[in-house]
Amino acid sequence: MQKNYKKSFLLEQNLIHLFKEKKSELFGNCHPKVALSRQQAFDDFQAKGLPTTKEESWKNTNLSKQYEDIFQLDNPLTELDKSAGEIFQCDIHGFDTDVISMLNGWYYSPEGKQLQILENGIVVGSILEAQKAYPEYFDSYFDEIAKGRNHGLTAVNKALFRDGIFIYVPDGVEVEKSIQLINIVNRDEKMMINSRNLIILGKNSKLSFLHCDDSVNHNPGFINTLTEIYIGENACLDLYKLQNINNETALLNNTFIKQELNSRSKVNVISLNGGIIRNELNVEFSGEGADADLNGIYLMDHEQHIDNQVFVNHAVPNCNSSELFKGVLDDSASGVFNGYIYVARDAQNTNAFQRNNNILMKSTAKIDTQPFLEIYADDVKCSHGATVGQLDEEALFYMMQRGISRQDAYLLLMYAFTAEVTGKISIEALQSNIEDMIKKRLRGELAICEKCVLHCGHPDIPLEFEIDMSKV
Amino acid sequence: MLLNIKNLHVSINGKEILKGFNLGVNKGEVHAIMGPNGTGKSTLAAAITGREGYEITKGEIIYKGKDIRDMAPDERANEGIFLSFQYPVEIPGVSMTNFMRTALNAQREYQKLPPIPAGEFLKKMEEKKQLVEIHAKLTNRSVNEGFSGGEKKKNEIFQMAMIEPQLAILDETDSGLDIDALKVVAKGVNALRSSENGFVVITHYQRLLDYIVPDFVHVMYDGRIVKSGGKGLALELEEKGYDWIKKEFEI
Repeated sequence: MQKNYKKSFLLEQNLIHLFKEKKSELFGNCHPKVALSRQQAFDDFQAKGLPTTKEESWKNTNLSKQYEDIFQLDNPLTELDKSAGEIFQCDIHGFDTDVISMLNGWYYSPEGKQLQILENGIVVGSILEAQKAYPEYFDSYFDEIAKGRNHGLTAVNKALFRDGIFIYVPDGVEVEKSIQLINIVNRDEKMMINSRNLIILGKNSKLSFLHCDDSVNHNPGFINTLTEIYIGENACLDLYKLQNINNETALLNNTFIKQELNSRSKVNVISLNGGIIRNELNVEFSGEGADADLNGIYLMDHEQHIDNQVFVNHAVPNCNSSELFKGVLDDSASGVFNGYIYVARDAQNTNAFQRNNNILMKSTAKIDTQPFLEIYADDVKCSHGATVGQLDEEALFYMMQRGISRQDAYLLLMYAFTAEVTGKISIEALQSNIEDMIKKRLRGELAICEKCVLHCGHPDIPLEFEIDMSKV
Repeated sequence: MLLNIKNLHVSINGKEILKGFNLGVNKGEVHAIMGPNGTGKSTLAAAITGREGYEITKGEIIYKGKDIRDMAPDERANEGIFLSFQYPVEIPGVSMTNFMRTALNAQREYQKLPPIPAGEFLKKMEEKKQLVEIHAKLTNRSVNEGFSGGEKKKNEIFQMAMIEPQLAILDETDSGLDIDALKVVAKGVNALRSSENGFVVITHYQRLLDYIVPDFVHVMYDGRIVKSGGKGLALELEEKGYDWIKKEFEI
C-alpha cells in the first residue's frame, strides 16, 4: 500500500534513490536469501515509509530532525588512517576480550582478515564474507527471526545494510573469552550507517558478547543496527550493550533473540549517553524451559532521549522472563519504556515479570512508561510495575545529617539506584568497570572517549564511596 | 556552653510550633526533654539539625559560640551535631559500610584530615559493632533496609559511636524497643558519655531514663519548656502523667 498522502521526507527520498542506484552492488555476490530479504524489505519500506510519531510505538520518539537531514548514506570503505588500530585498543583490567571492530559501518580487521576461525571452530567476522563461506548457516538462520517484523527503519536496515558481524559458536563450545564488538563512527561527514549482525549459538554452547557503540567526535550521525541472535538448545548467552555516543547522534538498536529448549539469555543494556537512543529488544521462546533475564540502565540529561521497547513472546509453555529497567532523567531529558509481554494460548506455567523504575531529577524531565500484557493462557504468573519519582528527600537529609554533602548524597543515591541492575552483571571486572563509568557519568565526567567506551587504562580519581569495604 | 538556645520560635508552613524555647547544655551534661505528644519535641531536633521546612522566625541557636541558623545540615553534622532519628531512613543499595566510610571521610575532610585508612576504619567498625551488639552481617546490608525496629535504633547508636559527636540528640530512641534492646542502646550511650560531649534525650516515657540517667529533666508543653528539674521530675511525671501539666498551662 502506497502512502501517497504522506509527505515524503528528504531521507526517505535519498534512501530510495540509493537503493536503486546501488542495487547491483548490494545484490552482487549475495546469498539468495539475503537478496530476497533486501528486495522484500525495500518494497516494504516504500509502502511504509519512515516511522513517525503518528505510529503508536513511535509516538514519543521523534526522528523528524534526522529525516530532514542530509546524511552520507553510502560510505565507501576508505583507507584507514594509521590511528585506527589505536582506536580499538581497549583494556579492561582483569577482563580479557577478543575484540572485533566496525568502523564507519564496515567490518575492520587490522590484519585484513574478514573472517576468522578461532579455537574450537568459533567463527567470527564480516557478515558479507560469512554469507559466501557459510551459505548453509544463512539457509538455516538468516532473517528467520526478524523476517516480516518491520517498521520503516528495520526495513531500511534490511534493504540497505552494507556490512555487519557474524559469529558462530559450534555445538558444545563454551567461549572462554568474551567477544567484544566496538562500533565506531569516525568521519567528518554526517553519516547514516545501516549494519546487520547475525549470531548463532549451537546446542550446549556459551557466549558472552559485549556490544559497544561509541562516538569519537561530535558530528551528527544516524546509526541503525539490526542483530539476530539464535540461541540453540541448552545454550547460554550473556549480552551486554554499552552505549556512549555523542548528543548529535541517533542510535536505533534492534535486537531479535530466539531461544530454543532450556536456553538462557541475560541481557544488560547500559545507555550512558546519546542524542536519541532507541533499543528494541525482541525475545521469542520457541523451546520450553527457556529463561530470559533482560535488564537496562539509562542515564540521560540535557535534551537527550531514550526509548526502550521490550517485547517478550512466550510462545511455548514453561519459560521464564524477567525485565528490570531503571533510569535517571535530568534536565529536559525524556524517556520511553514499553514492555510488551505476550503469552500464547498454550503457554502454561509461564513466569513473566517486568519492572521499570525512574527518577526524574527535574520537573522538566519526562518519562512515558507503559506495560502491555496480552495473556491467553490461564496458568501464568505475570507481574508488572512502574514507578516514577524523585530522589528521596528523607534519605538525602539522613545522609547530610551524617556529614555527607548534598552533592555526594545525590550521587550515592543515584548510584545505589542503578546498583540493582549492575549487580546482575556476572563478569566481575566488567561489573566494576561499568559501575565506574556510571559514577563518572553521574558526576558529569564521562567524556565521549577518544579511544573506546571502556576508558582504557585511565585510572579513576577515587570517589569517597568508591570502595566497598565489605569486599575487602 | 556547648548549646545555647534562646527564645526560639519555629514555624512549619506558617504554623508556629516552637514558641519561645530556651535551653542551655554544657559539656558533660545529659538533658532529658519530656512532654506529651505534639508539643514540639521533634521540631526542636529538626531545628537544631537544620532540616528543610522548619523556619526559625525568632531567637537563636548558639552552638560552640556560633550561631548555626544559616549552616547547612551537613556542615552542622561536621561541626559535631548528631541526631539519632526517631524513624531511621532505609537507603536501598547503599551498604552500611560505604555509608559510614563516606560519612567519616566527609567529617575528616571538613577537619582537613586525610581519609581514614582502610585498616583503621575496619577496626573501628568492629569495635563499635560490639559496643551495641549488632551482628556483623548487618553492616554488609543496605542502610536500615529490612532492619527490625530494634536493629534500626541500635544502628543509630552504632553510627553515633562511629562519628563520635560533641552534641548528640536522641529523638525517641526508646520508642519501639523491647527492654533488652533498650538496655543495649543505653549501654551504648553511657559508654559515649564524657566530660567533652553533651546529650539531649527526647523521650515520651521515663523508662529510658532508668538506664540513661539525666542531669536535668525538662518538660515541654505547647512549644516551650514549662518545667525543669533533676531526675526526680521524670519519676514524678511517670507517676502523675502529663495531665497536671496540661491543666496548669492550658491557655
